[in-house]
Amino acid sequence: MQRSAAILFLLALGAVPAAAQDNRAQDAIRIGVTYRPGTRPGLVVLPGPGLDSVRAIVRRDLDYSDQFQIIETGSGAGTGAVNYQYYRTQFGADHAVELVAAGGGVTVRLHDLAAGRVRNQATVSLPAGDGGDFRMAVHRLSDEIVRWAAGTEGYAASRLLFLSGNRLYRVDSDGAGVSPVTPAGEKALSNAWAPDGRRIAYTRFEAGRGTVVVLDLSSGSSFVAPGTQTDLNFSPAFSPDGRMIAYARAEETGATNIFTADVSQRCCVQRLTVRGFADNLSPTFSPDGRRVAYVSSRAGPPQIYVMSVDGTDQELLAPFDFGVTGPSFAPEWSPDGASVVFHREVSRSPQIFILDVASGRVRQLTSVGRNEDATWAPDGRHVAFVSDRSGRRQVWIVDTETGRVRQLSTPGDARLPSWSRRMGGTAVSNP
Amino acid sequence: MRIRTYLPLVAALAIAAACGGSPDPEQPVPQAGVDSAAIRRARQDSIDAENRRRAEEDARRAEADRLAREAADRAAAVRNDLTAMINFDYNEANVRSEDQGNLDRKAAIMQANPTLRIRISGHADERGSDEYNLALGNRRAAAAKRYLTNKGIDGARIDVISFGEERPIAAGTDEGAYAQNRRDEFEAIAGGDNLVAPQ
Repeated sequence: MQRSAAILFLLALGAVPAAAQDNRAQDAIRIGVTYRPGTRPGLVVLPGPGLDSVRAIVRRDLDYSDQFQIIETGSGAGTGAVNYQYYRTQFGADHAVELVAAGGGVTVRLHDLAAGRVRNQATVSLPAGDGGDFRMAVHRLSDEIVRWAAGTEGYAASRLLFLSGNRLYRVDSDGAGVSPVTPAGEKALSNAWAPDGRRIAYTRFEAGRGTVVVLDLSSGSSFVAPGTQTDLNFSPAFSPDGRMIAYARAEETGATNIFTADVSQRCCVQRLTVRGFADNLSPTFSPDGRRVAYVSSRAGPPQIYVMSVDGTDQELLAPFDFGVTGPSFAPEWSPDGASVVFHREVSRSPQIFILDVASGRVRQLTSVGRNEDATWAPDGRHVAFVSDRSGRRQVWIVDTETGRVRQLSTPGDARLPSWSRRMGGTAVSNP
Repeated sequence: MRIRTYLPLVAALAIAAACGGSPDPEQPVPQAGVDSAAIRRARQDSIDAENRRRAEEDARRAEADRLAREAADRAAAVRNDLTAMINFDYNEANVRSEDQGNLDRKAAIMQANPTLRIRISGHADERGSDEYNLALGNRRAAAAKRYLTNKGIDGARIDVISFGEERPIAAGTDEGAYAQNRRDEFEAIAGGDNLVAPQ
């Protein structure tokens, strides 16, 4: 209640000085985020007999999509024909999701309660058991429901990589299915997904040196990326077509430069940044594959720059005031290409910022604790980042539109998250 | 140890010889034709000689110990000079003026020990991104290497690596801990035994 009062107050004020907003935002409300309570359509996920685990995953996915107000109907709801009037008037719901067991799978129906009709339906088969394939199939179902009801792409069928201790782990977007992906006894660091969701690239760190390893998660086979056998190579990123990686290479001279290499032909190492005394690192491709944003210390404090994929046209990307703005790090281009998320030190504490590429405007997304190393969800709306707000470094997920935050449950400390694109698989059939 | 166990035996034999097998050396029985004063003097001379020998032996041992200790101290001092860390200002990789003497001593040691090869590892505090700190650590290690090569040391004798923020030596998120973690570490990777002190 206090929070919504504060939100209304902020909405009334419009542009609020950051300090004043911080005072009213002690439980992780972000600067620059507009809350719009009550504007999300209400959605009921009806009980699906024999489908408790499917329903639990779908309900959670739809909640985490931040597209709907999930409404609990208690145990009163019966089975049989969906009572449109009941859910609409008693609960204020706009949509009802119905799950019906169908052979080895499930039939899902999206009911438009106001129109009093089934808006979409589909039947999908689900892998047996409750393993990763089963969960991913249900996540894809959830994304389909989001697309039907909200007209936008969800992000449930995706995974994240993160580093805990020395190992890389992967986890479903809802926090389930945590499993290691790099060998025990190996120290991994920065990492990236290939767009296909099947391969990853990561820094294998050993005694102060690092190689970039490309690992096929399904076959387990791996190889060292061209040009990364010697010295310290790190912060890999895949090109949108998955054929190339960009990475940073710290050389004996002291300078760090960005290179690209062809990982499909395993050849063609090319240096993008000019050898000099600046550090250039943390490359990220624009979704059209034509530009690379990166961190450079060319002006002194590290800031976010951009160049063409051939290394030409290097220029500042995220504006800063020299001597005033804190150093900025770890850019990642959004899936729609419109934004770049990064972190920047504010009062000696890193905070997540989003740059609007077209206008050059930045807005601060976090203000509680130390927040760093952000990565976009495939929906281009959610962002995962590392925060110590709970007392230890963990991965959190924020909805950049509403500011809603949740912790992605991870074991132990977690850092350096990377979010995949949508995981492919059997398309939902729509008979 | 060998000398210590041997000495009482030598002394006992000397006394026994001087006393002519007398059961009570403190009260020798006068014998015809034997000067009891001469016996006592011989006995005393024997004891004195043995005492001198022991004193000389002790002195020799002490001197040897002292020399060994001094050599060990010198080697430790050389080693300490070689491995002494240097620190950096926040987000900086320039060698600070107060660390130049430290690096000058390393250069002298490398000059005095031509087979010595070293590895410099650069480290960063946890501020800045994990990735940037790898670059920053590399820059710090390279800065120390550049200082040494400018002093005439062959760059091929110096490896540089970076640990970024992966190996903090001080816990905590205060400036005191950060300042300790912003550092270069130095280690010998070849020719590091029996280091010769520079002149």
